[in-house]
Amino acid sequence: MCGIAGIVNLQGANGPQELELKAMASQLNHRGPDGNGYYLHDSIGLAHTRLSIIDLTGGAQPIHNEDKSIWVVFNGEIFNYKELRITLQKAGHTFYTQTDTEVIVHLYEQYGDNFVEHLNGQFAIALWDVRTKKLILVRDRVGIVPLFYTYHEGRLIFASEIKAILPILQTAPSLSVSALDQLMTFWSPVSPNTLFENIYELPPGMLMTQEGQRQRKQRYWDWQFPSNKEDYRTESESQLMGELQELLIDATQIRLRADVPVGAYLSGGLDSSALVSLIHHHSDAPLKTFSIGFDAESLDESDYQQMMIDHLQLDHTQIQCSNADVGQHFFDTIWHTESTVLRTAPTPMRMLSGLVKSHNYKVVLTGEGADEVLGGYDIFKEAKLRQFWAQQPNSKWRHLLLKRLYPYLDISTSKAQQYTQHFFGIGLDNPNAPCFSHLPRWDTTAKAKTFFSEERFSNLESNALPTMESSLPNEIKDWHPFNRSQYLEAKSLMPGYLLCSQGDRMLMANSVEGRFPFLDHRVIEFANRLHPKLKMKALNEKYLLKKSMTSYLPPKIVQRYKQPYRAPDIPAFFGNKNGPALDYVEELLSPEKLASYGYFNPKRVTMLAKKARRGGAIGQKDNQALVGILSTQIWHHHFIENYTKNFSLN
Amino acid sequence: MAVKKKLREYILENYLFTDDQTALNNADSFLDLGIIDSTGIMEVIFFIEEEYGISVEDDEMIPENLDSIDNLVAFITKKTAP
Repeated sequence: MCGIAGIVNLQGANGPQELELKAMASQLNHRGPDGNGYYLHDSIGLAHTRLSIIDLTGGAQPIHNEDKSIWVVFNGEIFNYKELRITLQKAGHTFYTQTDTEVIVHLYEQYGDNFVEHLNGQFAIALWDVRTKKLILVRDRVGIVPLFYTYHEGRLIFASEIKAILPILQTAPSLSVSALDQLMTFWSPVSPNTLFENIYELPPGMLMTQEGQRQRKQRYWDWQFPSNKEDYRTESESQLMGELQELLIDATQIRLRADVPVGAYLSGGLDSSALVSLIHHHSDAPLKTFSIGFDAESLDESDYQQMMIDHLQLDHTQIQCSNADVGQHFFDTIWHTESTVLRTAPTPMRMLSGLVKSHNYKVVLTGEGADEVLGGYDIFKEAKLRQFWAQQPNSKWRHLLLKRLYPYLDISTSKAQQYTQHFFGIGLDNPNAPCFSHLPRWDTTAKAKTFFSEERFSNLESNALPTMESSLPNEIKDWHPFNRSQYLEAKSLMPGYLLCSQGDRMLMANSVEGRFPFLDHRVIEFANRLHPKLKMKALNEKYLLKKSMTSYLPPKIVQRYKQPYRAPDIPAFFGNKNGPALDYVEELLSPEKLASYGYFNPKRVTMLAKKARRGGAIGQKDNQALVGILSTQIWHHHFIENYTKNFSLN
Repeated sequence: MAVKKKLREYILENYLFTDDQTALNNADSFLDLGIIDSTGIMEVIFFIEEEYGISVEDDEMIPENLDSIDNLVAFITKKTAP
């Protein structure tokens, strides 16, 4: 990965200044510590900070075509660049580097705006066509690599991270209350919104062009599922199993392409274990694996990690993460997420990438995406059970199956139906609604909004759900309910939180690139045409993946109960019962700071903090609310209160 | 009355995050108010077990016993009766 940034003057005159590009690049040094490059010409300025992974000596960006009429800065990897290079050379293109970046300019020459359809990779690209004075911004299909933009005083300003846009604005940003309202429902604002007012992300799978004042956006790829039963794959289970195996082997192998050593994360779950085993069996690359261990036994997966280490004789390193570590590092984590988060889980991921860096590794493969693509999440099971229940809402026993998912719920007696009705029965009267699967989660998350300050949010008519619904494609109503919930997950939590706040940002904070074989678009397109029963057979999640990986893994790894990745939330900040929290927590949750920032009701938050302090806040609702409030306060501290100090143009 | 007062304080402070006494009537359903999530029930049970030295059995974890101040008071009174 790298960092990219740029400015285009839409009026054509008074182009960007070198000082501005350098200020932008300096905010992205962590994404690319190996060198900077700039292109300044008339109305355009491009900046690049490089993390050198391919063609270590010759890959400096910006990169241009033969006659320097096309320039590109690029963050990410094109995994099929070797094949593309051969095709382009045959078509007469001349290369001056060995990089994957250079295929982009020649592909554009060859195919115009459709060049992106030929790329297999993870990318954010800014390409400038000198002849037509056209800027193209494009982002990978699923949202692995970030890209943000804003329009300000007649200019389009864009960057890999929002912090690189801020110095150019020369005025402190403000928080978008509607985006916070959405985030405190869906875990992230509805794309393209960000927590920053008037600053947007380029949505995954989107290509945007800017020619003078004219902007055009085109979705070049999206998650598509069959609208008709006949469109599901009909081959035998064993044939499909073989095809999935082949696809995953290739998706993994091309992600090992690098001129530096490549490592892998090993959580001990099915996905990372499968990935590590595929690397072990289908590559000669020496493999080093990395993992997190937690002091809290309920969060720790070390035993399963050890099972894989023994099984494959891995060269493995683990970092141990305590509650205190999470509390201590959370403050800086928000500098990198640039967003409110509802869980502390990104922080251990940042510690993990720090471990990778300390071993001089720049690249890791991870199992992220398998749950979305191949059907692994509990929310899919929950939705399936709720669908089953919705067929006969008055049934005395159908809802009892939810106990399979949530053993701690006492719903063993029919008398308790009223509880389950309230927690999971939401939307039961309309099980065909596109968002049916996610309503209980969103309802629980939205409880945190009771802490919003009345003054700041008095004018907000919460329109989070209609906004989400209007962002969905029309054809979603024709899809199988399981596919609908997959789509929601793939378009909200995954790109909006998992791949950014918990993914790219935590990796790049330590200049480490993540690669995600399960998110290879060929794997996704294959999986999207599998019937849901091959993803979840009864309540057996990732059924086909498990079958495909049986010969690669110890049986206990295949059969183990899925454990969601979690980190300590409230205990990370309130370690001593009834004692003081960490200094920065005490300060940012003080009534004075809460009142001064203005987002939350100081009295209510003080009561929540009191409950947390005495160890009484054990529920998901309170944990999410407290982490959400604290991270918003930290966000304000970094990006608004200290704007002048942190984002000076000089 | 002491039980009722203590319970009201506990619910107002820990679930409604307010000291405004008008925010909760004794007959209000916690479920209908949306103030208790799936683990919130457990928190309430931990609280009354610790505070009143009682043990809540599995088949007693029902709204009729736990879902309002009035229900809680009646349940605790019954459980602590000699």
